[in-house]
Amino acid sequence: MSIDSVTPLNAGGWEAVIGLETHVELSTASKMFCGCRADIPEEPNTACCPVCLALPGALPVPNEQAIEGIVRIGTALGCEINETSLFYRKNYFYPDLPKNYQISQYTFPVAEHGALEIDVEGEPFTVGITRVHMEEDTGKSTHVGDGGGRIHDASHTLLDFNRAGVPLVEIVTEPDIRTPEQARAYGAELQRVVLALGVSDAKLEAGSMRFDANVSVRRPGEEFGTRTETKNVNSLRSLQRAVAFEIERQIAVLESGGTIVQETRHWNEDTGKTSSMRTKEESEDYRYFQDPDLLPLSVDETWRLRAVEALPELPGAARTRFRDAGVDPVNAETLLDNPALAALFTDAVAAGAPGRLVANWLTGEVIAQLRRDEVDVSDTSLSSSHLVELASMVDGGDLSSSAAKDVLTRAMAGEGTPRAIAEANDLLQVSDTGAIEEVVEQVLVDNPDALEKVRSGDMKPLGFLTGQVMRQMGGKADPKVVQQVLRAKTQGE
Amino acid sequence: MPVDIDIAKVANLARLALSEEELAAYGTQLEDILEHAERVQALPTDGVEPTSHPLPMVNGFRPDERTESLEPESFLSEAPDAEDGQFRVPRILE
Amino acid sequence: MADLADLTIAEAGRGLRAGDFTAVDLLDAVTKRATMTEAQLHAYLTLDSGGARAAAEKADADLASGDDHGPLHGIPVALKDNMVTKGVETTASSQILAGWKPPYDGTAVARLKAAGAVITGKTNLDEFAMGSSTENSAFGPSRNPWDHTRVPGGSSGGSAATVSVGSAFGSFGSDTGGSIRQPAALCGVVGMKPTYGMVSRYGLIAFASSLDQIGPFSRTVEDSALLLDAVAGWDRMDSTSIDGDVPAFSGSLSKGVEGLRIGLVTELMGEGIDPQVKAAVTAMADKLAGAGAEVIEVGLPASEYALSAYYLIAPAEASANLARFDGVRYGHRTEHLEGTTEDMMAMSRAEGFGPEVIRRILLGTYALSAGYYDAFYGQAQRVRTLMRNDFASAYEQVDVLISPTSPTTAFPVGERAADPIAMYYSDVCTIPSNLAGDPAISVPVGLDDQRLPIGFQIMAPALGEEVMYQVAAEVERLAGFTDRAPLATSEVVHP
Repeated sequence: MSIDSVTPLNAGGWEAVIGLETHVELSTASKMFCGCRADIPEEPNTACCPVCLALPGALPVPNEQAIEGIVRIGTALGCEINETSLFYRKNYFYPDLPKNYQISQYTFPVAEHGALEIDVEGEPFTVGITRVHMEEDTGKSTHVGDGGGRIHDASHTLLDFNRAGVPLVEIVTEPDIRTPEQARAYGAELQRVVLALGVSDAKLEAGSMRFDANVSVRRPGEEFGTRTETKNVNSLRSLQRAVAFEIERQIAVLESGGTIVQETRHWNEDTGKTSSMRTKEESEDYRYFQDPDLLPLSVDETWRLRAVEALPELPGAARTRFRDAGVDPVNAETLLDNPALAALFTDAVAAGAPGRLVANWLTGEVIAQLRRDEVDVSDTSLSSSHLVELASMVDGGDLSSSAAKDVLTRAMAGEGTPRAIAEANDLLQVSDTGAIEEVVEQVLVDNPDALEKVRSGDMKPLGFLTGQVMRQMGGKADPKVVQQVLRAKTQGE
Repeated sequence: MPVDIDIAKVANLARLALSEEELAAYGTQLEDILEHAERVQALPTDGVEPTSHPLPMVNGFRPDERTESLEPESFLSEAPDAEDGQFRVPRILE
Repeated sequence: MADLADLTIAEAGRGLRAGDFTAVDLLDAVTKRATMTEAQLHAYLTLDSGGARAAAEKADADLASGDDHGPLHGIPVALKDNMVTKGVETTASSQILAGWKPPYDGTAVARLKAAGAVITGKTNLDEFAMGSSTENSAFGPSRNPWDHTRVPGGSSGGSAATVSVGSAFGSFGSDTGGSIRQPAALCGVVGMKPTYGMVSRYGLIAFASSLDQIGPFSRTVEDSALLLDAVAGWDRMDSTSIDGDVPAFSGSLSKGVEGLRIGLVTELMGEGIDPQVKAAVTAMADKLAGAGAEVIEVGLPASEYALSAYYLIAPAEASANLARFDGVRYGHRTEHLEGTTEDMMAMSRAEGFGPEVIRRILLGTYALSAGYYDAFYGQAQRVRTLMRNDFASAYEQVDVLISPTSPTTAFPVGERAADPIAMYYSDVCTIPSNLAGDPAISVPVGLDDQRLPIGFQIMAPALGEEVMYQVAAEVERLAGFTDRAPLATSEVVHP
């Protein structure tokens, strides 16, 4: 495979093989198979009904909007959407799983065979998508007792089923990923795709988007090594760290003559390590079979075409557009992660503002200000027309770039339009050549020594003279114009 | 095909705590029943699609609308053990 | 006037509206009948006297104020105890659910209440509807009203018995492999399984989801149609319920059979069928021919495999359906709590389920487990396709199919209890319709030489309830079966 030839190898010539499984909770109004609210209220067991509690006699009825959501995700990931897909029962006993089976998919998922193009520090990389399938979330267990919430030391457990039955989409990649950086970039790009589609809030810290990382190592060209599955990865940074740790751990085990055990491992954010979860007595046998309570899903051609037409601009296309507008790669990624800023950018550029400059403001002063005030851009008064006006003032020499930043923060604070702010605060730059000429002439008269030097070919005092002019003009002169005038006056006469 | 069942494994999958005597008795009964199923296995069914649903229907969706949830007391009062609005169970193995 | 408890639903409805008696009178009559018979029959697990009384009084008040809810208004109706009833103990005859008071009503229950029916109580069944004799009840067996030493059939034996003796005017059961039709046959009443999806399963404690259907017991075919009318139709809570208009089945009963083509199923008239049963079925086939139908023999070759396929499919689905009974959220929890939750679940389940349920859970778990799925469950689902194909070919030749309902009349208590395979054979004639999802009805056509009822089965294609009822009404007329189970004699318990 051509991938191998460009694959970065780890110390000792080991190659990592990584596949990611991502669970995304859809932000529908109601749960996957019942009408309880899907936004998981804090008060335990207040969003529960016979269906999501698995009371005897209750039956699941699929939420059409959730199916629409997964079709959108599958379409955005370039998957084939199966005309017919099937719900299965995945049978295993666990106290947070009310039916003691999870409704999921097995053969014939909603979508399969897609790909996601990602950007790893400026380099494009493609991750194959094996499948995208629909399932339901479990309830939440709280372990109570001496162990401070740790399962092994708990005396008993409390169960809250508010989350049980929330629609969950699982996205499984091919084992295409080779580095922790790629894993992270994939996670970030997938999150952006899901956010762009508006089907989930995709909050890693809140668990509405979660990663499981399958990691193995091998010598290039060899068969895949034994893999481990690492769970409890709840940030992009943890994803990168957990994968990196697991690669190093496996290499160390193998190089010391050991073997890798196929197991589930738990990422501990505090220690920065993965650890083996207590293994069950025997391997799981999920006894998948088609759920007789649910009919086959049929996504016909009309629906599939509608999903394609309804796709918003995806992050890959947006990245290209930003870069084509002159935005540097780092700022382009920042815009991709800030849809509200990206929207301002898009509108400003459409109205003729220079992309690079606007992007610099948005990803610089604007973000810094938002972070300081802990607000969203929509909470401020900043509009795209402000950006357009500001850019044209800088471009026209009415405002220095440092003054522009000041005006920008004032515009965010609602002090008015940039021009009004600049005028009110006396920040407008003087680029009227006549006014500048007057001051320049006076400065030259006051500094005959400097003038003499320049005239005799020593250009050093030019900077000093410029500074004098700027000082006398209270910093509001356009320095470019000042220099032009100085040159003309010293050379020409 | 002779039927040989690892009945202890099956009971564990089904989360049934059965005694050795019970396992042995159920094992024998299952083997008897499954021998009757052998004639079904002998039936040629190449190219026959399995039937999961008696009628050819699809989707059966509901709109994404909220309906009223139950009052927690209405089901917690039926629970074997409850605490602070939650179901209470002994410690969990894993 | 005859005892009110012996009226049909149709007759009772006319009397109520004529002011001859009240809904409370009807309830009193069936309550008295229950008092007379329950000690012998144990048809009811729960009599909801208070709830029934309130419902009857409301029915009378509504009718007095001109608010008529239709044919079931004020009619006492019993429900199999696997139908979930809000606030009324619902157990499916299992220790694992003993004492459970549901916080909701199933759809069929809610529709019956809306139709003005008076729910008398909950009837006995084989635990989780697994059985053909109502002997597998955790709360003790029911008995056959015609002979108390015999079983009423099952699994809906209690519902069949109540209608047979008049401790309810009508009742509902569930039919997964014959659990309505077989006990109806053994108790001498009409029992009907609708097309799969005709009646919502929401609130029916699941046994085998792709086979289960709720259906009515009644003393007449007309009553059967009235009961079905009240519960049939699409339900937003059941994804598998049929979306479409449902005709009023009670409107298709007097058309006769002239010109209809009727197929007697060859494979269901073979060796295992009791000669008296066979003779009664043949005699009725002749009468139908005499009434103008064209009666021919039709083959359903796959029915030879139906029983074996059924005993893989139903336990497989049941093994998952019954996983939710784990001692966590409701029902029985073991007292041995020294271990983990996993131990608690496994012990609660072993303690709470009876032997037949455990047997089927194990069987189903095995049939679905890795390495065996295709040989067992997958193959059974393909046999199901062959069964449907056979029915499809048969219905190209005929309008309905006929057969015995049960290979024998009521058998003695205990006779088959120790032999699961003999017990499973009780459903050999009824299972094919479940596998195909088609409607079928059992109508009593006579008694054998021990005065035990014989049931006659009429099967129709999916959504063929109208023609099925049309033929059933004619069978009922031709049979002229008016015998009633003898009411308890010397052992009468005084009210």
